[in-house]
Amino acid sequence: MSSVLYDIPGPKAKRRNLIFSAVFVVLFALVAWWAIKLMGDTDQWVWAKWEPFLTADVWTTYLLPALANTLKAAALSMVIALPLGAVLGIARLSDHRWVRAPATFIVELFRAIPVLILMVFANEYFSQYWSLTISSEVRPLYAVVTGLVLYNASVLAEIVRAGILSLPKGQTEAAKAIGLRKGQVMRSVLLPQAVTAMLPAIVSQLVVILKDTALGGVMLNFTELLNSRKTISGFFGNPIPTFIVIALIFVALNFALTSFAAWLEKRLRRAKKSTGAVLGAGTGEEPPAAHLNAGGVRGSFGDGSGGGGT
Amino acid sequence: MFDFLEGYDLLGSFWTTVQLTVFSGIGSLVWGTLLAAMRVSPVPLMRGFGTVYVNVVRNIPLTVIIVFTSLGLADTFHITLGAPDDLKAQGFRLAVLGLIVYHAAFVCEAIRSGINTVPVGQAEAARAIGLNFTQVLTLVVLPQAFRSVVAPLTNVLIALTKNTTIAAAIGVAEAGLLMKEIVETEAQLYATVAIFALGFVILTLPTGLLLGWFGKRVAVKR
Repeated sequence: MSSVLYDIPGPKAKRRNLIFSAVFVVLFALVAWWAIKLMGDTDQWVWAKWEPFLTADVWTTYLLPALANTLKAAALSMVIALPLGAVLGIARLSDHRWVRAPATFIVELFRAIPVLILMVFANEYFSQYWSLTISSEVRPLYAVVTGLVLYNASVLAEIVRAGILSLPKGQTEAAKAIGLRKGQVMRSVLLPQAVTAMLPAIVSQLVVILKDTALGGVMLNFTELLNSRKTISGFFGNPIPTFIVIALIFVALNFALTSFAAWLEKRLRRAKKSTGAVLGAGTGEEPPAAHLNAGGVRGSFGDGSGGGGT
Repeated sequence: MFDFLEGYDLLGSFWTTVQLTVFSGIGSLVWGTLLAAMRVSPVPLMRGFGTVYVNVVRNIPLTVIIVFTSLGLADTFHITLGAPDDLKAQGFRLAVLGLIVYHAAFVCEAIRSGINTVPVGQAEAARAIGLNFTQVLTLVVLPQAFRSVVAPLTNVLIALTKNTTIAAAIGVAEAGLLMKEIVETEAQLYATVAIFALGFVILTLPTGLLLGWFGKRVAVKR
């Protein structure tokens, strides 16, 4: 395998690589052995602690309802945040200062505040002012969704803005040349193309939302997947296996979404009909759109965002 | 107006946030660089390990990792990081460990994407004029890679600053936990939220502006 960093290995390099592999295997085996032994010493390999996860009851009474809550919160947040984000993102591109400035302020402010602070605020807000309409059982869900919407609407606004800016200038120019108005240019030319360009970035953002729901479980006692750990390990006395199973569910779910985003991105890049503008899937923690502020606008987005450059 | 804050260690909590950010920032930079080195190395085993680590860790919620350091590592396995009796120091160290494990995956991806922006032709041309491996790396590839890594690393650092609030989940006395405490006992909800929001804006905005300016300055124009 050849890359920027090294050539195809010759006999000397092959020998060296073999030595590195051997050293790495030994180190890895030592760490793995230590971890396995540690689990053995604290009786984690006892079958009774793992067996519950093979019974249907544990899944139907604890894990699946909790997972459903996680998915519900994530889906609600995405569905509410997306239109809000689109409005904010387009507002940031407005020609009028009085539209642009407040949108910019809102987006920059909510991107700078941790989600946890927003969730705690929403929870307290609902309990102080809405306690009659929102009962304390559903309040965590409302608080989690509100916190996630406030944060992710501003992140999605940046994705929308980057998506529109990633389109070649000729699109706007041609649309204006045939006499379309500003709104028409946005509605019938830019947005339809930008939506395809941002799809991978939006799917990646869904992963971030999904992960952040766990925060609501710990801080606001929202009954999501991570929170089901309490009831399961309290019932069966198996905290470590429960942690591992829950982590595995998260990994499987998010890995599927990440892979889907990467596949979408690759497919869109290959598509001949499009303008070739694709917003990279990014690395999942900060949106690729964040590069817009840091690195300036480039012709095709996602080049440096780790989504695999063209 | 801000009388209600009396008796709360506001500055102390933000100082803990800063400390969490600095320690886990340095830690994840070191571990993330090592991971990136593995992911781009010619040894398939190391590449495989790096890929699996990144794909697993960045798909687990940070909350799960941080809660695990406390309930799993400390309570079950008795790994207390040299502070078995001092619960405050123990929580802090465990939170730093969790933050490092999580953010190293993102640092790794940022660095790898930086290396990937260097066109293969650059290295090929360098080899063609007779530079050896070390020279290719130190004179041609890495200087260009470092420059394009500044912007993505800045984003990871800002995300890390905000994510330190998750340490509240295991009771580390940082800004997020103090805010929860204040809004639950005091009546001034909006003022409290405004203060804590401002605190985080003060922490993240200069970092973003400064490193953003720096990143733009050193970026390679292609």
